[in-house]
Amino acid sequence: MGITNWGFKKSLWVFHLNAGACNNCDIEVLDCLCPKFDVERFGIKLVGSVKHADVLLVSGSCPRKVVPQLIETYEQAPKPCAVVAIGSCGCTGGIFKDGYNFAGPVDKHIPVDAYIPGCPPRPEAIIGGIVKLMGKL
Amino acid sequence: MASTLGLVLNYLIFPGLLFTAVFGLLTTWVDRKVSARVQWRVGPPWYQPFADVLKLLAKEIVIPAGARRTGFLLAPLAGFAAVGVVSTMLWLANMRGAGFVGDLIGVIYLLTIPSLGMIIGASASGNPLASVGASREMKLVLAYELPFVIAVFTAVTKISPMTLKLENIIAYQEMNGVLLGNLSCIIAFVVAILCAQAKLTYPPFDIPEAETEIMDGTHMEYSGAALAVVKVTQAMMLFTLPVFFITLFWGGLQFTGWGLIYTIIKYVIIITIIVLIKNTNPRVRIDQAVKFFWGPVTVLAIIGMVLAVVGL
Repeated sequence: MGITNWGFKKSLWVFHLNAGACNNCDIEVLDCLCPKFDVERFGIKLVGSVKHADVLLVSGSCPRKVVPQLIETYEQAPKPCAVVAIGSCGCTGGIFKDGYNFAGPVDKHIPVDAYIPGCPPRPEAIIGGIVKLMGKL
Repeated sequence: MASTLGLVLNYLIFPGLLFTAVFGLLTTWVDRKVSARVQWRVGPPWYQPFADVLKLLAKEIVIPAGARRTGFLLAPLAGFAAVGVVSTMLWLANMRGAGFVGDLIGVIYLLTIPSLGMIIGASASGNPLASVGASREMKLVLAYELPFVIAVFTAVTKISPMTLKLENIIAYQEMNGVLLGNLSCIIAFVVAILCAQAKLTYPPFDIPEAETEIMDGTHMEYSGAALAVVKVTQAMMLFTLPVFFITLFWGGLQFTGWGLIYTIIKYVIIITIIVLIKNTNPRVRIDQAVKFFWGPVTVLAIIGMVLAVVGL
């Protein structure tokens, strides 16, 4: 299925999922999607519904209550779907890893394809991470 | 038998489904590129809409448990087929060697079917946000259909042996000059472009599929190949509506010599107006949209109709 593979690499629709983040990584993701960085050149588009998503951008360390919602949202995304963990909280738990309701970083519950560390990662770092993800797909 | 087979091939390949789908997707690329330039950025390459559709065909179709499966999957296909019929009728009436009978009332009816398909599909989704989107789409259709029909019939009123066949409208314009030369038809053309903005659910009237408010509204539960059908139907509508307006108001399509260049320029002008309105306006609420269409736009359409009856 060579040609649909090409289509998949050239047109990645991202969906942003906040799994208990402090919102800083979410703001940086929003900056990344603004006209200054112009990710639409690469075919990347923000979609409003998880059923349209190819990449889930998950930010935040997962508190206990978010875990069922995280798993259910991941299962609703049509496969093949990649998951990117954004920020130190998403990768390892960051500064919240000793908290009383910390229930594990993102890759403890859903399979993660790329990690973008930083607190928060700059938009350039986010773009660099997505480009590495495209190389892996 | 041979002419039936010819008509079927006309519907499926040229100038029906395949031709309209390919050129509709190219027109959405023009839309995205112009929007990007207006926002001082570069924008996607020319093959982007085709990559989107190919990618969507490779994804799985997720159907919610509470959805009515048949209505959910068949409704977008009905819209897709209807736009294909409209495009076939318009192009064959313009090419006129086929002796094809194209009827204006049929075109108006068929152009509402994609919206109805989305209403039925969204209601069959089993999702409360999608039903909010469906009810908003219903109100929007009620709002813009009134001035749209008045504007189209203003053009018909100007034609002196009153006719509803597309080829007669084109023939009249060949003999008496384009209908846009008259004041009433200029007003009708402006009204028709505003209604086209709502028919395509483009901003400022993309209320049914508002991304930030109701998470893509009517399109919310579609994924994979079903979403590809929805996107291609939107692209085909973007291609068909300017061709309809050129046929009705601006002299029809011409395919030889300078006529071809003028046709392309007319098409590009209409697309650019639609895209510029899209980029310079925020989304309005549904009650503002209904008041807009039943208020100033209908009054403008009625003024155009009165001018046409008086003879201007």
